[in-house]
Amino acid sequence: MSSALIERPALEIWAYLAAQPLLWLSATLIAYALGFALQRRARGNPAVNPVLIAVALLAGLLVATGTPYRNYFDGAQFVHFLLGPATVALAIPLHGQLRRIVANAGPIFVALVVGSVVAAGSACLIAAVLGASPATIASLAPKSVTTPIAMGISEAIGGLASLTAVIVILTGIFGAIVGSSLLGRLGVRDDASVGFALGLAAHGVGSARALQISQEAGAFAALAMGLNGLFTALTLPWLVAPLQTLLGAG
Amino acid sequence: MIAALALFLACQLIGETLVVLLGLPVPGPVLGMLLLLAWLLLRGGPSDSERQTAGGLLQHLSLLFVPAGTGVLLHIDRLADEALPIAVALVVSTLLGLAAAGLTLSWLSRRHSRGER
Repeated sequence: MSSALIERPALEIWAYLAAQPLLWLSATLIAYALGFALQRRARGNPAVNPVLIAVALLAGLLVATGTPYRNYFDGAQFVHFLLGPATVALAIPLHGQLRRIVANAGPIFVALVVGSVVAAGSACLIAAVLGASPATIASLAPKSVTTPIAMGISEAIGGLASLTAVIVILTGIFGAIVGSSLLGRLGVRDDASVGFALGLAAHGVGSARALQISQEAGAFAALAMGLNGLFTALTLPWLVAPLQTLLGAG
Repeated sequence: MIAALALFLACQLIGETLVVLLGLPVPGPVLGMLLLLAWLLLRGGPSDSERQTAGGLLQHLSLLFVPAGTGVLLHIDRLADEALPIAVALVVSTLLGLAAAGLTLSWLSRRHSRGER
């Protein structure tokens, strides 16, 4: 009884704070700042990923406090909202690389189409063969595309936007960890190609990794990320309906 | 900074509006990105404040993934039920995508630059 009396004010404060967007907005920034600090301490080791750390901390906190995701998102939506203008802002690095893109338009375009089709096609095919549900397959299709674009695509083709976001983030983390060593083993060592592959297959997280290699790799990663987002957004919604009928019939 | 942010938001707004009006299957922000690119080409490039604002937004791009990533809580059941297809598809397709893009670009650009000489 006495402990219940002491807990009461704390519970009231909690109830008040939990209903405000401030609490979970702050928690999101603090969790990310912690993840970022840990990655710095690990000297930029790609395996110590700030997004992964922040998500794990927040998910643990939500489960521990019994907070529904919807309540969390009421606060975190202010951060999430910035994905839209950030996508628009990608036009600026893209504009900066435009001359180089035009000069190398042929090779870049072919590498974009091949990489994009292989990344999305193999994901759908493997998931379908292993018996994933249609909604899961649609959620996997845009997995190499940067989150804001991928979520929009996923919604447009019958996937679950929030599942896609999780898959995209995991893809980015995995690609950033294995990318440069895999490409080195395949004999791909020029910074432009390594950066391009990282940006295409592992979007923003891969681009951050490419920037650690060199400025050139980073620029090509940003280019590949923008182009793949655009290309997938323009092609996938038109490809999915025939693909689904094909897979459904087969 | 405010003018730059207003420009980005205006591009997104026009993009979202066009998507709804014309029933396009493309996300609004992607169309907004194309509109901004067209605008930059017309004007001959971004201003310093536009470059700084974009840099600020993109520098912390990974922070913006956190709220959506925490949505993993909503999908624990599906992820557990379909863990095998999701994990295998994710790992293998990412390796294949990396290899396909990297090998294609390095091979073609070597041929391309040899052709120029």
